[in-house]
Amino acid sequence: MAFIQFLKPKNALEEGGRTAAPIQQDAGEPEKTCPNCHKPIPLSRLWSSYLVCPCGYHFRMNARQRITMIADKGSFLELFAGIVSDNPLQFPGYTEKLETVQNISGEAEAVVCGTAEIGGRKCCLFVMDPGFMMGSMGSAVGEKITALFEYAMQKRLPVVGFTVSGGARMQEGLLSLMQMAKTSAAVKRHSDAGLLYIAVFTDPATGGVTASFAMEADILLAEPGATIGFAGARVIEQTTKKALPKEFQKAEFVLQHGFVDTLAPRSTQKQLLTRLLNAH
Amino acid sequence: MNQIPYAVVKLARDSQRPTGLDYIQNIFADFIELHGDRRYADDPAIVGGLARLQDRYVTVIAMEKGHTAKQRSCRNFGAPHPEGYRKALRLMKQAEKFGRPVICFVDTSGASCGIGAEERGQGQAIAENLMELSTLCVPVISILIGEGGSGGALALAVADRVWMLSNAVYSVISPEGCASILWKDSKKAEEAAACLKLTAGDALRLGIIERILPETELGEKPFYDRIRRALAEELEALEKDPDLVPKRYDRFRRIGQVKERT
Ligand SMILES: [Zn+2]
Repeated sequence: MAFIQFLKPKNALEEGGRTAAPIQQDAGEPEKTCPNCHKPIPLSRLWSSYLVCPCGYHFRMNARQRITMIADKGSFLELFAGIVSDNPLQFPGYTEKLETVQNISGEAEAVVCGTAEIGGRKCCLFVMDPGFMMGSMGSAVGEKITALFEYAMQKRLPVVGFTVSGGARMQEGLLSLMQMAKTSAAVKRHSDAGLLYIAVFTDPATGGVTASFAMEADILLAEPGATIGFAGARVIEQTTKKALPKEFQKAEFVLQHGFVDTLAPRSTQKQLLTRLLNAH
Repeated sequence: MNQIPYAVVKLARDSQRPTGLDYIQNIFADFIELHGDRRYADDPAIVGGLARLQDRYVTVIAMEKGHTAKQRSCRNFGAPHPEGYRKALRLMKQAEKFGRPVICFVDTSGASCGIGAEERGQGQAIAENLMELSTLCVPVISILIGEGGSGGALALAVADRVWMLSNAVYSVISPEGCASILWKDSKKAEEAAACLKLTAGDALRLGIIERILPETELGEKPFYDRIRRALAEELEALEKDPDLVPKRYDRFRRIGQVKERT
Protein backbone atom coordinates (compact mmCIF):
# COMPACT_ATOMS: atom_id res chain seq x y z
CA MET A 1 0.00 0.00 0.00
CA ALA A 2 2.71 2.45 1.00
CA PHE A 3 4.63 1.64 -2.15
CA ILE A 4 1.60 2.21 -4.36
CA GLN A 5 1.13 5.64 -2.83
CA PHE A 6 4.62 6.57 -3.81
CA LEU A 7 3.92 5.79 -7.46
CA LYS A 8 1.44 8.55 -7.80
CA PRO A 9 2.80 11.50 -9.76
CA LYS A 10 5.09 13.68 -7.76
CA ASN A 11 2.86 16.69 -8.23
CA ALA A 12 0.00 15.05 -6.44
CA LEU A 13 2.29 14.43 -3.49
CA GLU A 14 3.72 17.90 -3.56
CA GLU A 15 0.37 19.57 -3.60
CA GLY A 16 -0.82 17.55 -0.69
CA GLY A 17 -2.67 15.22 -3.03
CA ARG A 18 -5.26 17.58 -4.38
CA THR A 19 -5.46 15.50 -7.52
CA ALA A 20 -5.76 11.81 -6.93
CA ALA A 21 -4.23 10.86 -10.26
CA PRO A 22 -4.66 7.23 -11.29
CA ILE A 23 -1.59 5.02 -11.35
CA GLN A 24 -0.36 4.24 -14.84
CA GLN A 25 -0.23 0.49 -15.21
CA ASP A 26 0.90 -0.51 -18.69
CA ALA A 27 1.38 -3.99 -20.05
CA GLY A 28 5.14 -3.92 -19.49
CA GLU A 29 6.91 -3.30 -16.23
CA PRO A 30 5.96 0.10 -14.85
CA GLU A 31 8.65 2.72 -15.03
CA LYS A 32 9.33 6.13 -13.57
CA THR A 33 11.31 8.84 -15.29
CA CYS A 34 14.11 10.37 -13.27
CA PRO A 35 13.84 14.15 -13.10
CA ASN A 36 17.63 14.39 -12.91
CA CYS A 37 18.95 12.14 -15.71
CA HIS A 38 15.61 11.87 -17.52
CA LYS A 39 16.03 8.13 -18.00
CA PRO A 40 13.23 5.69 -17.30
CA ILE A 41 13.85 3.37 -14.38
CA PRO A 42 11.83 0.19 -13.82
CA LEU A 43 9.96 0.52 -10.57
CA SER A 44 11.17 -2.82 -9.28
CA ARG A 45 14.74 -1.61 -9.63
CA LEU A 46 13.91 1.71 -7.98
CA TRP A 47 12.38 -0.06 -5.03
CA SER A 48 15.31 -2.39 -4.54
CA SER A 49 17.65 0.60 -4.51
CA TYR A 50 15.77 2.58 -1.82
CA LEU A 51 14.14 4.78 -4.48
CA VAL A 52 17.51 6.06 -5.65
CA CYS A 53 18.18 6.35 -9.38
CA PRO A 54 21.49 4.90 -10.68
CA CYS A 55 22.46 8.55 -11.33
CA GLY A 56 22.22 9.19 -7.59
CA TYR A 57 18.94 11.10 -7.58
CA HIS A 58 16.97 10.46 -4.40
CA PHE A 59 13.24 10.23 -5.04
CA ARG A 60 11.00 11.40 -2.23
CA MET A 61 9.98 8.69 0.18
CA ASN A 62 6.98 8.55 2.43
CA ALA A 63 7.22 8.00 6.17
CA ARG A 64 6.28 4.31 6.21
CA GLN A 65 8.75 3.47 3.46
CA ARG A 66 11.50 5.12 5.46
CA ILE A 67 10.57 3.30 8.63
CA THR A 68 10.73 0.02 6.73
CA MET A 69 14.13 0.98 5.38
CA ILE A 70 15.66 2.21 8.67
CA ALA A 71 14.10 0.31 11.58
CA ASP A 72 15.02 -3.30 12.31
CA LYS A 73 12.29 -5.58 11.03
CA GLY A 74 9.21 -5.53 13.23
CA SER A 75 10.82 -3.23 15.81
CA PHE A 76 8.82 -0.07 15.17
CA LEU A 77 6.12 0.75 17.71
CA GLU A 78 4.13 3.84 16.88
CA LEU A 79 3.47 6.49 19.54
CA PHE A 80 1.02 9.40 19.63
CA ALA A 81 -0.72 8.17 16.48
CA GLY A 82 -4.04 9.58 17.65
CA ILE A 83 -2.89 13.21 17.77
CA VAL A 84 -4.34 15.02 14.78
CA SER A 85 -4.85 18.59 13.63
CA ASP A 86 -7.87 20.64 14.47
CA ASN A 87 -8.83 23.85 12.72
CA PRO A 88 -8.32 26.26 15.63
CA LEU A 89 -8.50 29.44 13.56
CA GLN A 90 -11.42 28.22 11.45
CA PHE A 91 -9.15 28.81 8.49
CA PRO A 92 -11.16 28.55 5.26
CA GLY A 93 -10.73 25.21 3.47
CA TYR A 94 -8.33 23.77 6.05
CA THR A 95 -10.64 21.12 7.51
CA GLU A 96 -11.46 19.82 4.02
CA LYS A 97 -7.80 19.92 3.01
CA LEU A 98 -6.81 17.86 6.05
CA GLU A 99 -9.44 15.27 5.25
CA THR A 100 -8.34 14.97 1.64
CA VAL A 101 -4.68 14.67 2.57
CA GLN A 102 -5.44 12.12 5.26
CA ASN A 103 -7.35 10.01 2.77
CA ILE A 104 -4.72 10.17 0.07
CA SER A 105 -1.63 9.78 2.24
CA GLY A 106 -3.13 7.28 4.65
CA GLU A 107 -1.43 9.24 7.43
CA ALA A 108 -3.16 11.12 10.25
CA GLU A 109 -0.51 13.83 10.33
CA ALA A 110 2.74 14.97 8.71
CA VAL A 111 4.99 13.14 11.15
CA VAL A 112 5.08 9.54 12.34
CA CYS A 113 6.65 8.98 15.78
CA GLY A 114 7.57 5.91 17.75
CA THR A 115 10.27 3.71 19.15
CA ALA A 116 12.40 1.42 17.06
CA GLU A 117 15.60 -0.51 16.97
CA ILE A 118 18.27 0.48 14.49
CA GLY A 119 21.04 -2.11 14.21
CA GLY A 120 19.83 -3.51 17.51
CA ARG A 121 19.99 -0.14 19.29
CA LYS A 122 16.76 1.10 20.78
CA CYS A 123 15.83 4.71 20.01
CA CYS A 124 12.95 7.08 19.49
CA LEU A 125 12.28 7.68 15.81
CA PHE A 126 10.36 10.37 14.01
CA VAL A 127 9.82 10.48 10.28
CA MET A 128 8.12 13.32 8.47
CA ASP A 129 6.00 12.71 5.39
CA PRO A 130 6.31 14.81 2.23
CA GLY A 131 2.90 13.61 1.09
CA PHE A 132 1.13 15.28 4.01
CA MET A 133 1.00 18.99 3.19
CA MET A 134 4.73 18.81 2.47
CA GLY A 135 5.56 17.97 6.05
CA SER A 136 4.33 21.32 7.31
CA MET A 137 4.28 21.87 11.07
CA GLY A 138 1.06 22.81 12.81
CA SER A 139 -0.04 22.09 16.38
CA ALA A 140 -0.21 18.32 15.85
CA VAL A 141 3.30 17.98 14.42
CA GLY A 142 4.65 20.24 17.16
CA GLU A 143 2.83 18.26 19.83
CA LYS A 144 4.00 14.88 18.52
CA ILE A 145 7.64 15.96 18.20
CA THR A 146 7.58 17.56 21.66
CA ALA A 147 5.92 14.52 23.22
CA LEU A 148 8.50 12.25 21.56
CA PHE A 149 11.46 14.19 22.98
CA GLU A 150 9.82 14.20 26.41
CA TYR A 151 9.24 10.45 26.15
CA ALA A 152 12.84 9.92 25.02
CA MET A 153 14.08 11.94 27.97
CA GLN A 154 12.00 9.95 30.41
CA LYS A 155 13.22 6.63 28.97
CA ARG A 156 16.74 7.97 28.40
CA LEU A 157 16.69 7.09 24.72
CA PRO A 158 18.45 8.73 21.78
CA VAL A 159 16.27 10.32 19.08
CA VAL A 160 16.72 9.75 15.36
CA GLY A 161 14.64 12.00 13.13
CA PHE A 162 14.10 12.30 9.39
CA THR A 163 13.01 15.79 8.47
CA VAL A 164 11.15 16.90 5.39
CA SER A 165 9.16 20.08 5.56
CA GLY A 166 8.10 23.19 3.76
CA GLY A 167 7.93 24.99 7.11
CA ALA A 168 5.28 26.10 9.56
CA ARG A 169 1.67 25.39 8.53
CA MET A 170 0.12 28.77 7.82
CA GLN A 171 -3.46 27.57 8.29
CA GLU A 172 -2.82 27.45 12.05
CA GLY A 173 -1.23 30.88 12.11
CA LEU A 174 0.57 31.81 15.32
CA LEU A 175 -0.13 28.42 16.85
CA SER A 176 2.11 26.89 14.18
CA LEU A 177 4.79 29.49 14.74
CA MET A 178 4.84 28.74 18.47
CA GLN A 179 5.51 25.06 17.76
CA MET A 180 9.02 26.14 16.76
CA ALA A 181 9.61 27.37 20.31
CA LYS A 182 7.84 24.42 21.89
CA THR A 183 9.79 21.74 20.00
CA SER A 184 13.08 23.61 20.51
CA ALA A 185 12.53 23.70 24.26
CA ALA A 186 11.89 19.96 24.29
CA VAL A 187 15.01 19.27 22.23
CA LYS A 188 16.99 21.42 24.68
CA ARG A 189 15.77 19.48 27.70
CA HIS A 190 16.60 16.18 26.01
CA SER A 191 20.01 17.55 25.08
CA ASP A 192 20.71 18.90 28.58
CA ALA A 193 19.98 15.41 29.88
CA GLY A 194 23.05 14.27 27.95
CA LEU A 195 21.09 12.37 25.34
CA LEU A 196 21.86 12.01 21.65
CA TYR A 197 19.77 13.40 18.80
CA ILE A 198 20.61 12.68 15.17
CA ALA A 199 18.67 14.39 12.40
CA VAL A 200 18.67 13.39 8.76
CA PHE A 201 17.72 16.15 6.33
CA THR A 202 15.76 14.91 3.36
CA ASP A 203 14.35 16.91 0.48
CA PRO A 204 13.15 19.55 1.20
CA ALA A 205 13.86 21.03 4.61
CA THR A 206 12.95 24.68 4.74
CA GLY A 207 11.30 27.38 6.85
CA GLY A 208 10.22 26.93 10.42
CA VAL A 209 11.23 23.29 10.72
CA THR A 210 14.79 23.98 9.56
CA ALA A 211 14.83 26.97 11.92
CA SER A 212 13.81 24.83 14.88
CA PHE A 213 14.12 21.15 15.79
CA ALA A 214 15.69 20.02 12.49
CA MET A 215 18.83 22.14 12.95
CA GLU A 216 19.15 21.44 16.67
CA ALA A 217 20.51 17.91 16.48
CA ASP A 218 23.91 16.89 17.82
CA ILE A 219 24.68 15.25 14.51
CA LEU A 220 23.20 16.41 11.22
CA LEU A 221 23.15 14.14 8.21
CA ALA A 222 21.78 15.07 4.80
CA GLU A 223 20.63 13.07 1.80
CA PRO A 224 22.58 14.08 -1.32
CA GLY A 225 20.77 16.70 -3.36
CA ALA A 226 18.30 17.61 -0.60
CA THR A 227 17.28 21.26 -0.44
CA ILE A 228 18.10 22.68 3.00
CA GLY A 229 17.48 26.30 3.88
CA PHE A 230 15.35 28.85 5.65
CA ALA A 231 13.87 31.05 2.92
CA GLY A 232 12.64 29.40 -0.26
CA ALA A 233 14.86 29.79 -3.35
CA ARG A 234 12.07 31.37 -5.39
CA VAL A 235 11.38 33.97 -2.72
CA ILE A 236 15.10 34.79 -2.49
CA GLU A 237 15.31 35.19 -6.25
CA GLN A 238 12.30 37.50 -6.27
CA THR A 239 13.60 39.53 -3.33
CA THR A 240 17.22 39.91 -4.40
CA LYS A 241 16.62 39.84 -8.17
CA LYS A 242 19.90 37.95 -8.45
CA ALA A 243 20.61 34.61 -10.04
CA LEU A 244 21.29 32.00 -7.39
CA PRO A 245 24.51 29.96 -7.32
CA LYS A 246 24.08 26.62 -9.07
CA GLU A 247 24.10 24.36 -6.05
CA PHE A 248 22.40 26.91 -3.79
CA GLN A 249 20.77 25.35 -0.69
CA LYS A 250 21.60 21.84 -1.85
CA ALA A 251 22.96 19.43 0.77
CA GLU A 252 26.44 19.65 -0.80
CA PHE A 253 26.37 23.48 -0.55
CA VAL A 254 25.16 23.36 3.04
CA LEU A 255 27.93 20.85 3.90
CA GLN A 256 30.50 23.15 2.32
CA HIS A 257 29.23 26.06 4.41
CA GLY A 258 29.51 24.02 7.58
CA PHE A 259 25.90 23.45 8.54
CA VAL A 260 25.66 19.66 8.26
CA ASP A 261 28.10 17.00 9.42
CA THR A 262 28.09 14.69 6.44
CA LEU A 263 26.14 13.49 3.43
CA ALA A 264 24.38 10.18 3.87
CA PRO A 265 23.13 8.48 0.72
CA ARG A 266 20.19 6.23 1.46
CA SER A 267 22.08 3.00 0.92
CA THR A 268 24.47 3.94 3.73
CA GLN A 269 22.05 5.49 6.21
CA LYS A 270 21.19 2.49 8.32
CA GLN A 271 24.79 1.47 8.73
CA LEU A 272 25.90 5.01 9.55
CA LEU A 273 23.09 5.50 12.06
CA THR A 274 23.99 2.19 13.70
CA ARG A 275 27.64 3.21 14.01
CA LEU A 276 26.71 6.59 15.43
CA LEU A 277 24.27 5.08 17.93
CA ASN A 278 26.87 2.52 18.98
CA ALA A 279 29.40 5.28 19.60
CA HIS A 280 27.18 6.85 22.27
CA MET B 1 -10.68 45.36 18.33
CA ASN B 2 -13.08 46.36 15.61
CA GLN B 3 -10.38 47.32 13.16
CA ILE B 4 -9.88 45.49 9.91
CA PRO B 5 -6.79 43.31 10.46
CA TYR B 6 -5.11 44.52 7.27
CA ALA B 7 -5.46 48.12 8.45
CA VAL B 8 -3.55 47.11 11.57
CA VAL B 9 -0.88 45.49 9.40
CA LYS B 10 -0.43 48.83 7.64
CA LEU B 11 -0.19 50.69 10.95
CA ALA B 12 2.34 48.16 12.22
CA ARG B 13 4.49 48.78 9.16
CA ASP B 14 4.29 52.57 9.25
CA SER B 15 7.80 54.02 9.05
CA GLN B 16 6.75 56.85 11.41
CA ARG B 17 6.10 54.42 14.28
CA PRO B 18 8.69 54.44 17.05
CA THR B 19 11.43 51.93 16.28
CA GLY B 20 13.61 49.83 18.55
CA LEU B 21 16.14 52.57 19.19
CA ASP B 22 13.39 55.03 20.13
CA TYR B 23 12.26 52.63 22.84
CA ILE B 24 15.80 52.08 24.07
CA GLN B 25 16.56 55.79 24.25
CA ASN B 26 13.31 56.79 25.92
CA ILE B 27 12.80 53.97 28.39
CA PHE B 28 16.31 53.26 29.63
CA ALA B 29 19.19 55.33 30.96
CA ASP B 30 22.92 55.00 30.27
CA PHE B 31 22.58 52.80 27.19
CA ILE B 32 25.93 51.42 26.10
CA GLU B 33 25.72 49.73 22.72
CA LEU B 34 27.67 46.50 22.29
CA HIS B 35 28.35 45.46 18.71
CA GLY B 36 29.10 42.29 16.83
CA ASP B 37 28.55 38.56 17.02
CA ARG B 38 32.30 37.74 17.45
CA ARG B 39 31.92 35.31 14.56
CA TYR B 40 31.39 37.24 11.38
CA ALA B 41 30.05 40.80 11.57
CA ASP B 42 27.91 43.38 13.27
CA ASP B 43 24.32 43.40 12.06
CA PRO B 44 22.76 46.89 12.08
CA ALA B 45 19.26 45.36 12.02
CA ILE B 46 19.73 44.33 15.65
CA VAL B 47 20.91 46.77 18.29
CA GLY B 48 21.91 45.56 21.72
CA GLY B 49 23.74 46.50 24.85
CA LEU B 50 23.64 47.41 28.50
CA ALA B 51 21.23 49.86 29.97
CA ARG B 52 19.69 50.92 33.24
CA LEU B 53 15.99 50.45 33.92
CA GLN B 54 15.27 52.57 37.00
CA ASP B 55 17.65 51.07 39.55
CA ARG B 56 18.72 47.88 37.83
CA TYR B 57 20.97 47.07 34.89
CA VAL B 58 19.46 45.07 32.07
CA THR B 59 20.54 43.76 28.70
CA VAL B 60 18.40 45.31 26.03
CA ILE B 61 18.15 43.98 22.48
CA ALA B 62 16.05 45.57 19.77
CA MET B 63 15.38 45.10 16.10
CA GLU B 64 15.83 48.43 14.38
CA LYS B 65 14.13 49.39 11.12
CA GLY B 66 15.17 53.06 10.94
CA HIS B 67 12.93 55.96 9.96
CA THR B 68 14.46 57.71 6.95
CA ALA B 69 15.09 55.97 3.62
CA LYS B 70 18.82 56.02 4.30
CA GLN B 71 18.46 54.59 7.80
CA ARG B 72 16.06 51.95 6.63
CA SER B 73 18.37 50.76 3.91
CA CYS B 74 21.35 50.75 6.30
CA ARG B 75 19.30 48.74 8.82
CA ASN B 76 18.18 46.33 6.09
CA PHE B 77 14.58 47.35 6.95
CA GLY B 78 14.91 45.56 10.26
CA ALA B 79 15.48 42.18 8.66
CA PRO B 80 18.28 40.52 10.66
CA HIS B 81 21.00 38.33 9.21
CA PRO B 82 22.31 35.28 11.09
CA GLU B 83 24.98 37.48 12.66
CA GLY B 84 22.22 39.62 14.16
CA TYR B 85 20.67 36.61 15.88
CA ARG B 86 24.11 35.47 16.98
CA LYS B 87 24.87 38.90 18.42
CA ALA B 88 21.57 38.76 20.29
CA LEU B 89 22.43 35.33 21.68
CA ARG B 90 25.89 36.48 22.71
CA LEU B 91 24.37 39.36 24.67
CA MET B 92 21.74 37.10 26.23
CA LYS B 93 24.42 34.69 27.41
CA GLN B 94 26.35 37.65 28.78
CA ALA B 95 23.22 38.79 30.62
CA GLU B 96 22.85 35.31 32.09
CA LYS B 97 26.47 35.32 33.27
CA PHE B 98 26.02 38.60 35.12
CA GLY B 99 22.48 37.88 36.31
CA ARG B 100 20.87 40.68 34.32
CA PRO B 101 17.34 40.45 32.94
CA VAL B 102 16.88 40.63 29.16
CA ILE B 103 14.42 42.97 27.46
CA CYS B 104 13.77 42.52 23.73
CA PHE B 105 11.94 44.77 21.29
CA VAL B 106 10.72 42.90 18.25
CA ASP B 107 9.98 44.61 14.96
CA THR B 108 10.71 42.81 11.71
CA SER B 109 8.84 41.71 8.63
CA GLY B 110 11.02 38.60 8.88
CA ALA B 111 14.59 37.36 8.95
CA SER B 112 16.68 38.59 6.05
CA CYS B 113 15.99 36.70 2.88
CA GLY B 114 19.07 36.43 0.69
CA ILE B 115 22.06 34.43 -0.46
CA GLY B 116 24.41 35.56 2.31
CA ALA B 117 21.87 34.86 5.03
CA GLU B 118 21.42 31.31 3.74
CA GLU B 119 25.15 30.73 3.32
CA ARG B 120 25.71 31.76 6.91
CA GLY B 121 22.94 29.57 8.28
CA GLN B 122 19.85 31.66 8.90
CA GLY B 123 17.86 28.59 9.94
CA GLN B 124 20.59 27.40 12.29
CA ALA B 125 20.95 30.84 13.89
CA ILE B 126 17.24 31.13 14.62
CA ALA B 127 17.03 27.53 15.85
CA GLU B 128 19.91 28.05 18.25
CA ASN B 129 18.28 31.14 19.73
CA LEU B 130 14.99 29.30 20.29
CA MET B 131 16.80 26.48 22.00
CA GLU B 132 19.08 28.61 24.16
CA LEU B 133 16.42 31.11 25.16
CA SER B 134 14.25 28.27 26.42
CA THR B 135 16.66 27.70 29.32
CA LEU B 136 18.20 31.12 29.87
CA CYS B 137 18.37 31.51 33.66
CA VAL B 138 17.42 35.20 33.84
CA PRO B 139 14.02 36.87 33.27
CA VAL B 140 13.22 37.62 29.63
CA ILE B 141 10.51 40.03 28.50
CA SER B 142 9.80 40.59 24.80
CA ILE B 143 7.67 43.39 23.43
CA LEU B 144 6.38 43.33 19.87
CA ILE B 145 6.36 46.96 18.84
CA GLY B 146 5.49 46.71 15.14
CA GLU B 147 5.79 43.71 12.89
CA GLY B 148 6.34 40.27 14.35
CA GLY B 149 7.28 38.39 11.21
CA SER B 150 7.53 34.64 11.69
CA GLY B 151 10.62 32.79 12.93
CA GLY B 152 12.71 35.91 12.48
CA ALA B 153 10.63 37.58 15.21
CA LEU B 154 10.26 34.52 17.42
CA ALA B 155 14.06 34.27 17.70
CA LEU B 156 13.86 37.19 20.16
CA ALA B 157 10.53 36.25 21.71
CA VAL B 158 10.96 32.99 23.58
CA ALA B 159 10.32 34.88 26.79
CA ASP B 160 8.67 34.69 30.20
CA ARG B 161 6.35 37.51 29.19
CA VAL B 162 5.45 38.53 25.66
CA TRP B 163 3.61 41.82 25.23
CA MET B 164 2.30 43.52 22.12
CA LEU B 165 1.56 47.11 21.28
CA SER B 166 -2.11 47.40 20.38
CA ASN B 167 -1.35 47.97 16.70
CA ALA B 168 1.50 45.51 16.41
CA VAL B 169 0.99 42.28 14.47
CA TYR B 170 2.44 38.80 14.98
CA SER B 171 2.18 36.22 12.25
CA VAL B 172 3.55 32.97 10.91
CA ILE B 173 3.70 34.47 7.39
CA SER B 174 3.01 37.86 5.85
CA PRO B 175 -0.56 38.25 4.60
CA GLU B 176 0.84 38.83 1.10
CA GLY B 177 2.90 35.65 1.26
CA CYS B 178 -0.04 33.67 2.56
CA ALA B 179 -2.34 34.98 -0.17
CA SER B 180 0.12 34.23 -2.92
CA ILE B 181 0.75 30.68 -1.72
CA LEU B 182 -2.85 29.75 -0.95
CA TRP B 183 -4.75 31.68 -3.55
CA LYS B 184 -1.95 32.52 -6.01
CA ASP B 185 -2.92 36.15 -5.61
CA SER B 186 -0.98 38.51 -3.35
CA LYS B 187 -3.77 41.06 -3.75
CA LYS B 188 -5.91 38.96 -1.47
CA ALA B 189 -3.67 40.01 1.42
CA GLU B 190 -6.57 41.69 3.16
CA GLU B 191 -8.48 38.43 3.27
CA ALA B 192 -5.38 36.53 4.38
CA ALA B 193 -4.71 39.02 7.18
CA ALA B 194 -8.16 38.30 8.57
CA CYS B 195 -7.69 34.52 8.33
CA LEU B 196 -4.25 34.50 9.95
CA LYS B 197 -5.46 36.00 13.27
CA LEU B 198 -2.43 38.24 13.60
CA THR B 199 -3.60 41.17 15.72
CA ALA B 200 -2.73 41.72 19.36
CA GLY B 201 -6.30 40.85 20.34
CA ASP B 202 -6.04 37.54 18.49
CA ALA B 203 -2.67 36.75 20.04
CA LEU B 204 -4.06 37.42 23.51
CA ARG B 205 -7.10 35.20 22.89
CA LEU B 206 -4.85 32.42 21.57
CA GLY B 207 -2.71 32.57 24.70
CA ILE B 208 0.39 33.65 22.78
CA ILE B 209 0.89 36.92 24.70
CA GLU B 210 0.18 38.11 28.24
CA ARG B 211 -0.60 41.75 27.70
CA ILE B 212 -1.59 44.40 25.16
CA LEU B 213 0.06 47.80 25.62
CA PRO B 214 -2.21 50.66 24.54
CA GLU B 215 -0.84 53.16 22.05
CA THR B 216 -2.28 56.31 23.57
CA GLU B 217 0.29 59.06 23.24
CA LEU B 218 2.43 56.76 21.13
CA GLY B 219 6.02 57.95 21.04
CA GLU B 220 5.49 60.59 23.72
CA LYS B 221 6.94 60.74 27.22
CA PRO B 222 3.90 59.33 29.09
CA PHE B 223 3.84 56.39 26.68
CA TYR B 224 7.42 55.44 27.42
CA ASP B 225 6.97 56.13 31.14
CA ARG B 226 4.11 53.65 31.24
CA ILE B 227 6.19 50.95 29.55
CA ARG B 228 9.12 51.63 31.88
CA ARG B 229 6.89 51.20 34.92
CA ALA B 230 5.30 48.05 33.53
CA LEU B 231 8.71 46.52 32.81
CA ALA B 232 10.06 47.38 36.25
CA GLU B 233 7.03 45.89 38.00
CA GLU B 234 7.12 42.73 35.93
CA LEU B 235 10.86 42.24 36.46
CA GLU B 236 10.37 42.65 40.17
CA ALA B 237 7.99 39.69 40.15
CA LEU B 238 10.01 37.57 37.74
CA GLU B 239 13.26 38.06 39.62
CA LYS B 240 11.70 36.53 42.73
CA ASP B 241 10.44 33.47 40.88
CA PRO B 242 12.59 30.40 41.58
CA ASP B 243 10.81 28.41 38.83
CA LEU B 244 11.45 30.79 35.99
CA VAL B 245 12.85 28.29 33.50
CA PRO B 246 10.32 25.46 34.07
CA LYS B 247 7.52 28.01 33.85
CA ARG B 248 8.89 29.30 30.56
CA TYR B 249 8.90 25.72 29.30
CA ASP B 250 5.28 25.27 30.34
CA ARG B 251 4.32 28.61 28.82
CA PHE B 252 5.21 27.32 25.35
CA ARG B 253 4.41 23.68 26.04
CA ARG B 254 0.71 24.54 26.42
CA ILE B 255 0.38 26.29 23.06
CA GLY B 256 -1.37 24.47 20.24
CA GLN B 257 -4.72 22.87 19.61
CA VAL B 258 -5.02 19.24 18.58
CA LYS B 259 -7.65 16.53 18.52
CA GLU B 260 -7.32 13.03 19.88
CA ARG B 261 -8.38 10.38 17.37
CA THR B 262 -8.90 6.85 18.54
ZN1 LIG C 1 18.48 9.59 -12.61
